[in-house]
Amino acid sequence: MSTASKARAQGLQLAPAKKHDWKELFFHLLFLASAMIGVVSVATIGWFVFQEGLPAFKEAGVLNLVFGREWLPPALYGIFPMIVSTLISTTGAVIIGVPIAILTAVFLAELAPKWLADIVRPAVELLAGIPSVVYGFFGLVIIVPAIEVIFNIPAGNTILAGIIVLAIMILPTVITISETSLRALPPVYKESALALGASHIYSIFKVLIPAARSGIFTGVALGVARAIGETMAIIMVMGNAPAMPGSILEPARTLTANIAMEMSYATGIHSSALYSTGIVLLVFIVLLNASLLYLNRKRSD
Amino acid sequence: MLQDKRMFNRGVQDKLLFAAIWAAAAITILFLLWVVWHILSNGLAYVSWEFITGSYTRIGEASGIWAMIVSTVYMVGLSLSIAAPIGIMTAIYLTEYAAPGSKVVKTIRFCTESLAGIPSIVYGLFGMTFFVTTLGLGFSILSGSLTLAMLILPVIIRTTEEALLAVPMSYREGGYALGSSKIYTIWRLILPSALPGIVTAVILSTGRVIGESAPVFLTAGMVTQIPESVLDSGRTLTVHLYKLTQELFTQHEWDQAYATATVLIVLVLLLNMTTKFIATRLSKS
Amino acid sequence: MNKLEVNNLNLFYGDNHALKNISMAIPSRQVTALIGPSGCGKSTLLRTLNRMNDLVAGVKIDGDVMFEGNNIYKDVDVKQLRMRVGMVFQKPNPFPMSIFENVAFGLKAQGVRDKRVLNEAVEESLRSAALWDEVKDRLDSPGQGLSGGQQQRLCIARAIAMKPEVILMDEPTSALDPIATHKIEELMDELRKKFTIVIVTHSMNQAKRISDKTAFFWMGELVEHGETSQIFNHPLDKRTQGYVSGEFG
Repeated sequence: MSTASKARAQGLQLAPAKKHDWKELFFHLLFLASAMIGVVSVATIGWFVFQEGLPAFKEAGVLNLVFGREWLPPALYGIFPMIVSTLISTTGAVIIGVPIAILTAVFLAELAPKWLADIVRPAVELLAGIPSVVYGFFGLVIIVPAIEVIFNIPAGNTILAGIIVLAIMILPTVITISETSLRALPPVYKESALALGASHIYSIFKVLIPAARSGIFTGVALGVARAIGETMAIIMVMGNAPAMPGSILEPARTLTANIAMEMSYATGIHSSALYSTGIVLLVFIVLLNASLLYLNRKRSD
Repeated sequence: MLQDKRMFNRGVQDKLLFAAIWAAAAITILFLLWVVWHILSNGLAYVSWEFITGSYTRIGEASGIWAMIVSTVYMVGLSLSIAAPIGIMTAIYLTEYAAPGSKVVKTIRFCTESLAGIPSIVYGLFGMTFFVTTLGLGFSILSGSLTLAMLILPVIIRTTEEALLAVPMSYREGGYALGSSKIYTIWRLILPSALPGIVTAVILSTGRVIGESAPVFLTAGMVTQIPESVLDSGRTLTVHLYKLTQELFTQHEWDQAYATATVLIVLVLLLNMTTKFIATRLSKS
Repeated sequence: MNKLEVNNLNLFYGDNHALKNISMAIPSRQVTALIGPSGCGKSTLLRTLNRMNDLVAGVKIDGDVMFEGNNIYKDVDVKQLRMRVGMVFQKPNPFPMSIFENVAFGLKAQGVRDKRVLNEAVEESLRSAALWDEVKDRLDSPGQGLSGGQQQRLCIARAIAMKPEVILMDEPTSALDPIATHKIEELMDELRKKFTIVIVTHSMNQAKRISDKTAFFWMGELVEHGETSQIFNHPLDKRTQGYVSGEFG
């Protein structure tokens, strides 16, 4: 018999509210506890990384570590060359990848006939899903030898190889998010531009892309984050020499590569220096997100 | 006259931009085709039943990837069984329990977004120190799965949350109006309605786990044997490909690398097709 | 005898005073219609009767709602209240499951597992909702595959399955075509024999056709409440007169 019919059988009185509905309370707390795991995870990671990274900062000094030009464990822990390499490879990837990605997004959102967009879009999704080691492998067997031939240098494992691989890898992120924000624009933007006699192309570049700016910024920021954080593909094609590169046709080591290459055998201050490398990496990510916030806020003002 | 010239320039400019857009799309597609074709054309011939089910030794002829497949499956299974329940329950808390815009929600959201922003190598760094050393789990499938579980948690939370928010409010009203309890309504009505979205979250995370490599070899190690328990080390397919590419001397080693990359690409293709399949079924019903 | 009594009820959404000192009695086994222009508070009042307003954040309620002598805002089990005071919504909201599962949902939520009991309850409810003959051969097909009018009758059957004493209807026909509306109105004529019905409606003709009592709301106030014929033929208040004669609304 259901609770309601039981209650009716006993008369017309409604049962009083239960003081504590233990079952509901249990699940409420269970869900809350689960939600707290994410919070605890971030706190733990943050605490650990800083805790482990501090000794190296203390030992070597923040300036020596961040601006030191020599990485010679266990004597010198300067990561400036890696900071420079990370910045150059990321910037290069953005310069090559972002214009291609935004134009591809415009193509998908505005120009492509439906049948073609239906082929290109899944292809872009596939590009997003390919593991980074596969990109690294491709870079190693195609791009690195190509650089050797084109520039006539003995080893093609260079920053340039890293730039090209990263440029390919950030394409799907930037394309997908830019396309979504272009499609999200109300049709009135385009209609009013076209009604003023502007050509389709003109309205795309003067009206649509500026209007979708904040979404495109977000896509670019995610692409930059992917480039800064990429590890394996970079290790496979960039040569990993921890010295200050003289040009993009020289090998170099990024911050991520520094951690991945040496973590498995590092101890003591050496290991702490790798954590410091991680801290610098996190600082870059925070700066990136802060500038994205700033750009998007400035726009909404 | 001036007007004409400007119109003329505008026309040329339009044509150039038009060409640039088509060229960019072509470059994107060509690169994808190039990567996929290059790997498949060199690797497919070497993918055989023996290759997939065989064992591997670093020196010698044994070149199968069965142990890596098993390790990858363990890694996917274990990290998902840790992260999926937590992520789904977090999403339930955020959409069904917490007051929207409250401090708790803001804190949780800030933290999951931060988790999503941390580069995967930092997870590797953390996992190696915390799970492998501090907790004493060693280089093991368990350490690797715990690390990857943290890494995929934000994806699961975000995707599930979107799926739950897409469940019409009228279902909740209808459920509660019948006097059913909150937990029953969530369990029997809201979660089943959000199921396709939740499955998509799981597939996305599967792809992420299969594709990760840096945080994996720092926590799960690279042993090429079939792990007998979650406390054994194991080498996933991506880590295997990385290790293979460090020693590419003989044709046999090249073949293995291409074949392993082929297997990875086919896996990604299958996952993408599954998501597509679910998405089309969702839009039909 | 009165099934429900509302005494000095005030309701606030934040700073918005949505219901102003409402007092009214709802007699047993009759149809009471709540009418008035949009935003007058009639739907809000309906939702206080089974405490659906609890789901909305920031609602403050002051005053009493008595159901069978129990003050439902003091110390009652809300789930049990909602079983005994069922609700049908403006837009048919069948769940994404089979016709059978839709009707059985509420019983299953109460832990009823016995297949025979469920079968009987589903058949009886569907018969009471005048839907049985149309769906008896396809109880396993999805409830959302039915036509709009059938969906609404399915929702009525779903409410009836809980054996409620009161059924609250929030503009139940506003999303339906005239033929489906007519069917639902016929059904209500049957239902009034067993249930107390409170219906919010936008259509004055519907109120005239189906209700015994009518209450007119205007800007959160209960302006006038009485026999339907009196409200429509001899309204006492000028505002009521203006509304029922179609001057505003």
